[in-house]
Amino acid sequence: MSSTATIVSLPDQATARLPKRSYLNNEQGLLSWLLTGDHKRIAILYLISITFFFFIGGAFAGLIRLELLTPQPDLVAADTYNKFFTMHGIIMVFLFLVPSVPATIGNFLIPIMVGAKDLAFPKINLLSWYLYVVGGIMVLAALVLGGVDTGWTFTTPLSTHYLNTHVITAALAIFVAGFSSIFTGLNFIVTIHRMRCPGMTWFRLPLFVWSNYAASLLMVLGTPVLAITLVLVLLERVFGIGVFDPTKGGDPLLFQHLFWFYSHPAVYIMILPGMGVISETISTFSRKRVFGYTAVAFSSVAIALFGFFVWAHHMFIMGVSNYSALVFSLLTMLVAVPSAIKVFNWAFTLQKGSITFETPMLYSFGFLGLFTIGGLTGVFLGSLGMDIHLTETYFIVAHFHFVMVGGMLMAFLAGVHFWWPKMTGRMYPESLSKLAAVTTFIGFILTFMPQFILGYLGMPRRYHAYPPEYQVLNVLSTAGATVLGVGYMLPLLYLGWSLKYGAIAGDNPWQATGLEWQIQSPPLTENFIETPIMDHEAYDYEWLEQKKKNEVTTVG
Amino acid sequence: MAEIAHHHTEAADPTNVTNPEHASHHIVTPGVYAMVFGTLILGTLITVGAAYIDLRWANPVIALFIACFKACIVILFFMHVKYQSRLIKMTIGSGFFIFLALIVMTLSDYISRSWGLW
Amino acid sequence: MDNTVATEHPHTHETAVHAEHAHVSLPQHRHHFETVEQQREAGSFGMWLFLLTEIMFFGGLFFAYLLYRNWYYDAFFTASNQLSVPLGAVNTVFLITSGFFMALAVWAAEVRKKDTLVWTLILTTVFGCAFLGIKYVEYHEKWEKHHIPGAHFDISEFVNPAAHGIKEKPLAPDMAERTQVFFFLYFAMTGMHALHMIIGVGLLFWLIWRARRGDFSAGYVAPIENFGLYWHFVDIVWLFLFPLLYLINRHPLH
Repeated sequence: MSSTATIVSLPDQATARLPKRSYLNNEQGLLSWLLTGDHKRIAILYLISITFFFFIGGAFAGLIRLELLTPQPDLVAADTYNKFFTMHGIIMVFLFLVPSVPATIGNFLIPIMVGAKDLAFPKINLLSWYLYVVGGIMVLAALVLGGVDTGWTFTTPLSTHYLNTHVITAALAIFVAGFSSIFTGLNFIVTIHRMRCPGMTWFRLPLFVWSNYAASLLMVLGTPVLAITLVLVLLERVFGIGVFDPTKGGDPLLFQHLFWFYSHPAVYIMILPGMGVISETISTFSRKRVFGYTAVAFSSVAIALFGFFVWAHHMFIMGVSNYSALVFSLLTMLVAVPSAIKVFNWAFTLQKGSITFETPMLYSFGFLGLFTIGGLTGVFLGSLGMDIHLTETYFIVAHFHFVMVGGMLMAFLAGVHFWWPKMTGRMYPESLSKLAAVTTFIGFILTFMPQFILGYLGMPRRYHAYPPEYQVLNVLSTAGATVLGVGYMLPLLYLGWSLKYGAIAGDNPWQATGLEWQIQSPPLTENFIETPIMDHEAYDYEWLEQKKKNEVTTVG
Repeated sequence: MAEIAHHHTEAADPTNVTNPEHASHHIVTPGVYAMVFGTLILGTLITVGAAYIDLRWANPVIALFIACFKACIVILFFMHVKYQSRLIKMTIGSGFFIFLALIVMTLSDYISRSWGLW
Repeated sequence: MDNTVATEHPHTHETAVHAEHAHVSLPQHRHHFETVEQQREAGSFGMWLFLLTEIMFFGGLFFAYLLYRNWYYDAFFTASNQLSVPLGAVNTVFLITSGFFMALAVWAAEVRKKDTLVWTLILTTVFGCAFLGIKYVEYHEKWEKHHIPGAHFDISEFVNPAAHGIKEKPLAPDMAERTQVFFFLYFAMTGMHALHMIIGVGLLFWLIWRARRGDFSAGYVAPIENFGLYWHFVDIVWLFLFPLLYLINRHPLH
C-alpha cells in the first residue's frame, strides 16, 4: 500500500482464496435460490431482474433517439412512438429506478450495516421479489400484446376514454409492482427501528441507512395512493363510471392530484438511496468522516417529509387554482434546501480529504455535478412563470434525466462497483471500469445537455416530429445516447467477467469503515459469527487504523 | 425461558438498543373491552338519532366527530395502543398526518378554484 | 473502552453457539431475532405499518367522496336516502360486536385460555359473516332497483320520485345523473371494505383451525394480536363509511 494513487488493498493474490463458506455456496440448487429467505440472495435475484429490465427500457430509449434523428416522422407511426416513450418510462421508473438501490444494495447491506442477521421479515422480502417479477412479466405482457401509449403518467381522460391500448394490463402490472415496493420499505423500517445491534444508536448508523430509511417512509406512505389511483382508472375504463370523466361530472384533475401525490415522493424514493450511496463513497475515497453527519441524516428525513407537500408542481398548467399553484411553488423552493444541504456537506467532506479516484469515486463525482445541475433546473421549473414556458418541453425531459440518470443511475453504478467486492468476493478490472465511468459521463452530457437548449427553444416532449431547426441538437443527443449505451454495456461485460477471473478482494479492499467491511467477502449467510457490538462512531477512520495495527497477520 | 431471554438482553445490550421502550405486556381486561363496546354502541345510536334532527352544518360535524371518537377508543383500547411504545403511537400519528395532508392540500386546490361556490 | 468491535461472548465459539441455542428454544422464535420480545414487537410494528398503507389506500377514495359530495350535494343526499339506515346501523352494530369478540380473543390468547380463544374467534367470524350477509342483501336490492352504475343505471326514481312512492324532492335530469357518482363511490368504498372483510374472514378460519390445535395457547400471541389489529382497522373504516354514506341528510324524516 505504498502508492498514493489508490487506496485499494487486496490480499496477496498468490495465496488468497475465496472463503470456503459463504452465502453463495451455503446451499446449492435453483430452489435454494428461489425459496431463499436470505436477504443477500434476494438482493442478487433483484440485481439480475433489474438489470434485465434496465436493458429493455434502454432499448426503447434507443428507438426513441433513433426516430428523433430526423425531423420527419419517418421511422414509426405516431402511436408506435407513443408506445416507445410510454414503455421506456414505465419500465425505467417502476421496474428500474424505484427498486434499484433499495432492493439490490439496500437489501444486501442494511441488515449487515445495522448488525443484524437478516431483515425483520425474510419471507415478505422474498414475496416482494416475486411481486416485482410478476409486475415485470405483466408489463412485458402489455408490451407483447401491443403496448400502451398513454405516457407513464396515465393522464386521464386519455387513458380512460380515448385509447384502446393495453392500459388495463399495464395499470395492473404497476399495481402489483407497487406492493413489491411497499413490502421492501416496510421491512427496512422495522429492521432499522428494531434490529440494530447493541451500541448501534441512530447516530452511529451509516448515512446509507438513514437515506434508505427516509425512502422507505415514502414507499410505505405514498405507494398506496398510486394503488388506489390505478384501481380507479381501471374501474373507469371497465365500467365507465365517470369519476374522471367531465361529461359525467367527474374531474380529470382528480386523477392527477392522486397520481402525483405518489409520483412526486416517488422521485425522492428513487434519489434518496442513491444519495446514501454517495455519502458512503465520498467518505471512503476522501478517507474522511462525512462532514455534518447530523445535517445529512436529518436532511434525508426532511426531503422525505417535504416531498409529500409539493406534488402539484407537476400540474401548474393543468387547471389548479392560482392560489394552489403559489403555495406549491413556494413549497417546491423549500424542498430544494435539504438536497442542497447534502451537496454542501459532501463538498466539505472532500475538502482536506485524501482523495483518490477509484471507479466508485468517479461515478460519485459525476453524480455531484450532474445532480446539482439537474436539481437547480428543478428550481427553475418550480417557479411559476418559468414553468409555463418550460413545462411539457424537452427542458423537463432534460431536468429529470439529469437527476435520474446523471444522478440516480450514476449513484447506482457507484454503489454496485463499491460493494461488488463485498457481494462477490471479486474485484473488477479497474482500468476498464474507469473507462466505462468516463464514457458514461461524456455520453450523458452529450445526450442531455442539448435537450435543455431544445426545451428552452420550445421543442415539445412526446412528439416524434419536430421543426427542422431543432435537428442539429437532436442529432447530438442521439450521438450521445449511443456513447451512453456503450458506457452501460461495459459494466455488464467486465462485472460478469470478474465473477470468474477477477482478483480476490478480501474483506476490506477499500479500507472502509462500516460493519460490512469487517466481515468476510462474500459474507456468511448469517452475516456475523457473533452479534457485533458497536462502540465507535460512523466513519471512524482512526478506529480503523487502530484495528489494523492490532490485527494479527502472522501465526507464531 | 423469558427470564433467560431478559438476562441475555441486558448483559449484552447495556445501552438497550433492542428494546428501548420496554413496552410492557399490559393485558387489557375484558371489563375494559366491555365498557368500550358499550360506548361504541351508544355512539352509534347517537349518530343515527342526530342524523334525523336538522342541525344544518352541525350534522356532518357531529357525525364525523362521533366517528373519530369511536375510532380513537378502538385504537387506544381494542388495538392496545394506549399501552404501547411511543414508536407505535408516532407511527399511527404520522399515518394520519399524511392522510390529512392528502385531504387538506388537495381540497385547498378545489376550494380556491371556485371561491364563493362552497 | 477498547477500540475494537467487541463480541458478546468473550469465550469460545462452541459456548457461544450453545448459548445461542439456549434462547432459541421457543418454537416460534426465528433465528434472525435476538429475543422473542424483539420478534413480537417487530411483528406488531410491521402490522401497523401495513395498516398505514391501508389508511392511504382508502384515503384516495375518501377524498373522491369528499369532492363529489360537495360538488353534487343534492344528488348525493337523495341517493344516500335510498340506502337503508336500519340495515346500515345493524351492520355497524355487528361489526362493533365482532371487534369486541376479537379483542376478547386476544385477551384469551394472552391468558392462555384455549377454549375461550376458540369461541371468541368463532363469534368474531359469525358476526363478520353476518355483516357480509346483510351487505349482500343491500347490494342485491340495489341491483333490483337499477342503482348499480353502468349501462343499466336508471335515474327515473330521482327525476320523478313521487311516481315511485318516494318522499324526496325531484332532481333535475343532469343532477339526477350525478347520483351515479354517489353509487359508484358507495360500491367502490363498501366493496373495497367488503373485500378486506372477506380476506379477514378467510384468515379467521385459518386462525380458528390453528387455535383449536393449541398453537396460540402457550404464549404465542402474535398472530392473533396482529390479525386483531387488521380486523379493528377494517372496523374503523366502516365506522366512517356508515355516517358518510348512509346519513348525509336524513331530515326531514323520511
